[in-house]
Amino acid sequence: MNLDEYQAKGLFAAHGIPVPEGQVAKDPAVAREIAQQLQGRVVVKAQVQVGGRGKAGGIVLADTPDDALREASRLLGSSLKGAPVRRVLVERAADIARELYVGLIADRTARRMALLVSADGGVEIEEVARTHPERVRTLYLDPFLGLRSYHLVQAAGTLDLPRELWPSFQAIGQALYRTATETEATLAEINPLVITADSATGGGQLLAVDAKMTVDDNALFRHPDLLAMRHTADEMPAERQAREAGISYVPLDGQIGCMVNGAGLAMATMDVIKLYGGEPANFLDVGGGARAERVKTALEIILSDPRVKAVLVNIFGGITRCDEVARGIVMALEQLQTKVPLVIRLVGTNEAEGRAILEQAHLPAAASLAEGARLAVAAANAGANAGTNAESHAGGGAA
Amino acid sequence: MSILVNEGTRVLVQGITGREGSFHTLQMLDYGTQVVAGVTPGKGGQAVEGVPVYDDVRTAVERTGANTSIIYVPAAYAADAILEAADGGIALTTCVTEGVPLWDALRVMRYLQDKPVRLIGPNCPGIITPGVTKVGIMPGHIHRPGKVGVVSRSGTLTYEVVWALTQAGLGQSTCLGIGGDAVNGTTFVDVLRLFEQDPQTEAITLIGEIGGNAEEQAAAFIADHVRKPVVAFIAGRTAPAGRRMGHAGAIIAGGNGTALHKIEALREAGVLVADQPAQIPDLLHTVLQ
Repeated sequence: MNLDEYQAKGLFAAHGIPVPEGQVAKDPAVAREIAQQLQGRVVVKAQVQVGGRGKAGGIVLADTPDDALREASRLLGSSLKGAPVRRVLVERAADIARELYVGLIADRTARRMALLVSADGGVEIEEVARTHPERVRTLYLDPFLGLRSYHLVQAAGTLDLPRELWPSFQAIGQALYRTATETEATLAEINPLVITADSATGGGQLLAVDAKMTVDDNALFRHPDLLAMRHTADEMPAERQAREAGISYVPLDGQIGCMVNGAGLAMATMDVIKLYGGEPANFLDVGGGARAERVKTALEIILSDPRVKAVLVNIFGGITRCDEVARGIVMALEQLQTKVPLVIRLVGTNEAEGRAILEQAHLPAAASLAEGARLAVAAANAGANAGTNAESHAGGGAA
Repeated sequence: MSILVNEGTRVLVQGITGREGSFHTLQMLDYGTQVVAGVTPGKGGQAVEGVPVYDDVRTAVERTGANTSIIYVPAAYAADAILEAADGGIALTTCVTEGVPLWDALRVMRYLQDKPVRLIGPNCPGIITPGVTKVGIMPGHIHRPGKVGVVSRSGTLTYEVVWALTQAGLGQSTCLGIGGDAVNGTTFVDVLRLFEQDPQTEAITLIGEIGGNAEEQAAAFIADHVRKPVVAFIAGRTAPAGRRMGHAGAIIAGGNGTALHKIEALREAGVLVADQPAQIPDLLHTVLQ
């Protein structure tokens, strides 16, 4: 689960990392009030989880509370790189002398958490790593020993950090590691960590101006506080329904819905649909050992997308029983009254029983994944061209 | 011959009294696997399908000579089960459990690093040497003994490929899933090394997917160390960036881990990459001639 910037900053601040003073607002009037309280120049930041937020106009300076109101009105309800803006963070603008990068990332290849630092802050670290790999320093951390003081001394050297800032950098580094450990984060990033230039406050302070965190979905069961940070009200109904039913569902842009058991097979099914000239409408893994009820829910979710013109069901029965899947499909179709054609491919455990159930319901079965994909693409095209076909038939009759 | 599991494999089931554990114990017994013991803390003295249950792994190993374990315990307890197996005298552990927290996995991997033990998984279907022994949840009947080694990050996609091989008359030496999580106990490279050394294996099928760089590492290893022909399939060409596709490890992050990058790396290493699973048997026939 990716956290919003304001949520990550809240966790950072709670662990002792200095962040700009500010608050989140869902309403432009509230944004104005926050700006008023902060006094002076503020920055209004769209709370969306997309890269390049600043360039896309999602981060703007406001000199007066009225400016803040205007910018918040513009951002709230708009959409930034496809992500709807529902909240803005209004915080005191920082006077920036230097921008640095400090992040903790789970490195799957090294099987370690890694501390990454770079003097090139404020841009995406992947970009720096690609273009100037020598400007990113990676320090792998032993999970039994954690982040040690010497790691941060090395990091400070890479960042060319003035010595008077070393103590506060040590404190920030340790606080970041504590935040990551306690939340079981797979990513905890301060980008940029700035050295301020503000003469009013003396300048030369370290400040976490942007924050990014991803926490491990698989660990959420033991972090109710993080679970509560999920904006369930913002979720699409289909996505919420899928999550609650334990179904992995990712909506895409195509016309052919797919229901598959197993994530790898589900991806392969999408790929084969594309290979035969179709576009998948979604990724959906119905899970291992799915019973009829879950299959029915999955079909409901797929068909709730009006762009779906055909559905391909691909089940390789292992723990999952083909007869349960067939029963679920028949049950769903009885209740949903859909006109969208289904192509069903069942192999494995209780295959014969499953096919018998489909046959009784007059549902076509495909012999292989390739055949299923071909049939589904043909059915989707027939559905999409239904109007055109009718015309050409009429034309043919007249000739 | 085969890799990792054979006639000498004596299986201990961790979490044997649970729904999954007991169901698959029966399935493994039916396949001919020597399931010699089970462990569920607090249920020692019971029996499941005639298999004696113990409270802890060490006692089970001492009493039954189990040398391989398979884990079906819930995700919250999986790390503990893996560590207990490693400390209890088990040389090869397969963890089927899906949803193991990443920080648990990182600590487990660090601990196992210094031990003479191997972990397959987590979040994997297990391992089978067709006709000999099955330590996993895969449907046994789709496999046939033969000379193709199969290694995969997936479960059902592996069954799809294995079934295609069997129907095309291509049997398998050993098939295993290394797991769909971001961090795996056994890697593609580990398995490629074992298949390369196994006299029964004449060709290798590698099934990868988006996320991470395990396939790129496999490609580099193949180029330098594998003389046997390798045929691959990579799932997720149509997967969007930044979205997790079911498996915890299947995500294109920061532009890294795309299917195309993996396919290119494998092709450069001389691997034949199939466009779809059904094409794999044809490619294998070509290289085995």
